[in-house]
Amino acid sequence: MEKLQTFDSLVSKNDFVIKFANVNGSGSASANQMFAKAVFRMGIPVSPKNIFPSNIQGLPTWFEIRINKNGYLGSKGSVDLSVAMNPQSYNQDVEELNSGGYLLYDSSWKRNFYRDDINVIEIPLTSLCVESFTNAKQRALFKNIAYVGALSVLLDMEYEIFEELISEQFASKKNLIEPNLKALNIGRDYVLNNLPYPIGLTLERMDKNDGKILISGNEAAGLGAVYGGATICAWYPITPSTSLAEGFEKYAKKFRVDEKTGKNLFASVQAEDELSAIGMAIGANWNGARSFTATSGPGISLMSEFLGLAYFAEVPVVVFDVQRGGPSTGMPTKTQQSDILACAYASHGDTKHVMLLPEDPKECFEFSAMAFDLADRLQTPVFVVTDLDMGMNDWVVDELEWDDSRKFDRGKVLDFEALEKMEEKFGRYHDVDGDGICYRTYPGAHPSKGAYFTRGTSHDEYARYSEDGEINATNLRRLVQKFKTASELVPDPEIILSDKKNCSGVIYYGSTSAAMIEARDMLKEEGIELDLMRVKAFPFNLDVWDFIEKHDYVYVVEQNRDSQMRTLLMAEGGISAEKLRSLVWFNGQPIEANFIAKKIREREPEKI
Amino acid sequence: MTYIKKPINHHPNLKKNKLGLTRRDYEGAVSSLCAGCGHDSISAAIIDACFELNIEAYKVAKLSGIGCSSKAPAYFLNDSHGFNSVHGRMPSIATGASCANDDLLYIGVSGDGDSASIGMGQFVHAIRRQVDMTYIVENNGTYGLTKGQFSATNDKDSPNKYGEENPFPPVDLAALAIQLGASYVARSFSGDREQLVPLIMGAFQHKGFALLDIISPCVTFNNHDASTKSYDHIREHNDALGKVDFVPLGREITANYEEGETVEVNLHDGSKMSLEKLDSSYDPTDANLALNTVREKNDEGKVATGLLYIDTKAPDLYETLNAIDKPLNMLNEKELCPGSDKLKTINEGLN
Repeated sequence: MEKLQTFDSLVSKNDFVIKFANVNGSGSASANQMFAKAVFRMGIPVSPKNIFPSNIQGLPTWFEIRINKNGYLGSKGSVDLSVAMNPQSYNQDVEELNSGGYLLYDSSWKRNFYRDDINVIEIPLTSLCVESFTNAKQRALFKNIAYVGALSVLLDMEYEIFEELISEQFASKKNLIEPNLKALNIGRDYVLNNLPYPIGLTLERMDKNDGKILISGNEAAGLGAVYGGATICAWYPITPSTSLAEGFEKYAKKFRVDEKTGKNLFASVQAEDELSAIGMAIGANWNGARSFTATSGPGISLMSEFLGLAYFAEVPVVVFDVQRGGPSTGMPTKTQQSDILACAYASHGDTKHVMLLPEDPKECFEFSAMAFDLADRLQTPVFVVTDLDMGMNDWVVDELEWDDSRKFDRGKVLDFEALEKMEEKFGRYHDVDGDGICYRTYPGAHPSKGAYFTRGTSHDEYARYSEDGEINATNLRRLVQKFKTASELVPDPEIILSDKKNCSGVIYYGSTSAAMIEARDMLKEEGIELDLMRVKAFPFNLDVWDFIEKHDYVYVVEQNRDSQMRTLLMAEGGISAEKLRSLVWFNGQPIEANFIAKKIREREPEKI
Repeated sequence: MTYIKKPINHHPNLKKNKLGLTRRDYEGAVSSLCAGCGHDSISAAIIDACFELNIEAYKVAKLSGIGCSSKAPAYFLNDSHGFNSVHGRMPSIATGASCANDDLLYIGVSGDGDSASIGMGQFVHAIRRQVDMTYIVENNGTYGLTKGQFSATNDKDSPNKYGEENPFPPVDLAALAIQLGASYVARSFSGDREQLVPLIMGAFQHKGFALLDIISPCVTFNNHDASTKSYDHIREHNDALGKVDFVPLGREITANYEEGETVEVNLHDGSKMSLEKLDSSYDPTDANLALNTVREKNDEGKVATGLLYIDTKAPDLYETLNAIDKPLNMLNEKELCPGSDKLKTINEGLN
C-alpha cells in the first residue's frame, strides 16, 4: 500500500536550486553544463557552479545550478532538487535538501534515505544503461546524459533544445550524436512510462536571456587579452587560473594566425614555474610587446620579487590573479578574495600596485583589455584580480562589446622619430610632465639615442646607479605621484544610492555583486535601505573617499577572513576602524545573499 | 676599481671597423669591479668581438642577474639597452625579450652563483627551450659581492681565502648545457683573449642557445695559491681542445692547415667557425664525445677549453613557437585586435 504523503512538496516555477552530486572524473560536468545551457536557452536566468575537489578521479564533486526568474544569480545555499549520483555523499546530499524537496537517485541499488519530508525519485540509471550500451566506458558516461533526459521531463523542459545542444556539441564528432540522443531518451522514456511528471518544480520559457551570453571569467579575460593586443602569454599551470591562459591561446589560434604563412602573431610559453612566468612577461614588456601572466595566490607569492623589480624599474606587466582559498596551498578548488593585500603591496620595500576588480566575466573581458592600456600608460604592474567563482564558472552576462575606434594606449614611448627630434639628453626616469610618469624607449629604437640601463638598484633620472639617499627618496616620491595619477585613470566605483537619506553604506567588490544586490533587495523589503558602492580598482579615487565620508557607517563585505579591503581602505585613506564594519565570508563557497542580509540586519537596528 | 674618468677624446688614428666605429665606441661606463678582475677582461673581449663583427650596438640587448658578473653589462656597449634584473632570473627576462623581438642580439651575462645556484632552474629551462641568445657565465667559483663564500662551481676540496676546504663537488655548467641540448657550448679563460674573442664572435653569430662558461678569476677572494679558479691554476691546467678561429662571411681562411687537422662549422649567417685540432680525434658536433672529453679532462685535473659542442641545425625558441617573422613587439592594433564583427560571432557562439 502506498504511503500517504504527510508533507507539502515544493512547488515553484523558474525559481529553485538543483544540485548534482557526482563522482569526480566520471564525465558528469559536461552533462551538467548541457543541462544548465538548456535552461539558459529557455530564456531563464541560470547560474551553474562547479563545486569540485582537488582531485582527478574518485572524490565527490557537486554542480549547483540556481535558476531564478528575477535574475538573482548569486549562490543561495539551499537545495530544492538533488540529483544524487554519488553514494559516497548520499548522507550530506539528503541532509541539505529543503523540506518538501526532491531527491533523484540511481535506484539500480535501492536504499532508504530516512527522511519523511522529501520526495524520492527512483530511476535505475545504471541498469538502464547496462541494458542499452555494451561498452563499459559508454555505460558509465551515458548515465549522466540519461539523468539529464529524465530531468527534461520531470521539469517540463523543451526537448528540442537538448537535441540542438547535442548536435552542436558533437558537430565535429557526428558519430557521437546518435548514442547521446539514445541516452537522453533512455532517461526520458523511463520517466514518461513509470513516474508522475512533471514534479512541483518546473521550467517555463522566458525571454530574460536576450542579448546575453554564458561565459566564464577566465575565457573572457583570455579573450580580452587578445583584444587588448597581448602578444606573449607566459604562464605556469595553477588552479583556478589555467583556463585563462588556455582561453588566450584558444582565441589567439583563431584570430592571430597569419593566413599566408600559417605563422602566429602571438606566443604562449608554459614556464617552468611562476618566477619564470612573470620574468618572461616582464622581459617581453620591457622589449615593447604586451605580455601577461595568469596565476593564483601561491603564484603571487612566488612572483613578488619580480613584481618589485617591475614596480621600481617601471616596466609594464599585466598579472591576472584568479583567487582561490588560502593561506598556503589552502583550498585550491574553492573561492575566496584573500589576495587583496598580497597584490596591493606585493614585494619588499615600499611598493603599491594597481588592481582592477571585475565583478563578472563581462568585466573580466573589459578590464583585461583595459589592463594592457593602463600598464603601458603607467609603466607598472597592473593586476586583474578575479576569483575561482567567476573565473571557472559560466555566468550569464550581457554580450561582449568592442568599439572599433578604440586605439591601444601604448603610453609615453619615444620612438625613432621622437628621439631623432630630441635635443636634450634622454632621461629614462626624468618626470618631464609632472605626473610621475616618465618616457621610455624600446631596445633597438635608435642608433645613438634612448639607450639606458634598466635596474632594480637605486637609480637617478638617467637610470644610472646611485646610492645617494636624496636621489633615491626623490625617485620614491615620484612613484607616489605616479600612483596618484593612476587613481585618476582607473575605473570609478559604481555607486547605487537608495532614495532614503541617512542610510548605511556598503562597500563590496568582485564576485560579491550578485549576492550583494540580492541582499540589498531582501533588506529593502524589510525596510532596511542601503547605499552601495562597488569598488572597481585600487588605488582608490576621490569618489571612494567621498562615499565613506558621507556615511556614518559603512559595511565592507568581502570573501576573506581578515577584511583585507577594509584594511586597505583604513591604511590608504586614514579611515577609522569604527566607521568600517567588517562583514566577511570565507568558507570557500561563493558568498550568499542570505548571509549578507542576516549580518546587516543584526547590526542595523542600533541605528534606527 | 678606478676613480679616474675615461677621457672623452681618443686617438685620431684608432682602427675603425666597417661601420666607421672604433673599439672605444663599444665601451661602457667605468668598471667598479676590483682591479685585475677577470670579468673586465671578458667585457674587453665582448667589445673586441662586437668591433670585429661590425655590430650595431643599438641592436644588442644586455641582460644580467645579480652579482659582480651581473654588473658587467654596464661596462660595455653604452648604446645598447641593458637590463640588470633579479638574482638568477636573467634567463626568463631573456626568454620574454627574445619572444618579443627576435631581431636583436641578446647577450646575457651571469655568474656561477647567479646561474649554478639560485638561477639553476631558469638556466636549465632557457637551454631546453633553445632561447636564441649568448649566455656568458663569468665563473670564479666564489660569491664576491658577499665576500668569498663558496659557489656551486667551486671544486671539491678547493680552499677558500681562510683555508677552509669546500666539502661539495662542483656543478659543471658546460657539461650540463651539452646534456640539455644547448646548441653552442664553449669554455674559455678570461685571460686567453686569443681563444675567447673568436668563441664570443661565434656565439654571437650562432642561432640558438650559446653558452660560454668562462673561468674568470676573482682576484680578491679566490686567486690564492690553493684555489682551482686562480689565474695560476687555470694557466697551468688549461687544456685547449683546439685553436679556434672565427671566419666572418666572405673572408677566406688563410692559415694553412694540413688536411684532417681542422674542423669547419658553418654558422647560420654564412660565417664559419674553424678549429685547428690539437687533439686529432676531437669532433665538436658529437655531443657524447664532448661530454666524455669534458669529464675525462676533469678527472685528469685539467680544464678542457675551446668550442666543446656545436649544433647548427637545432631550431631556436622563436622557430619552435612558429611566431611570425615580423617582431611581435612591432605589431599594431590592426594586426592584433580582431574587432567588433568577430566579437559578434563569438557572442553568437556563447548563447
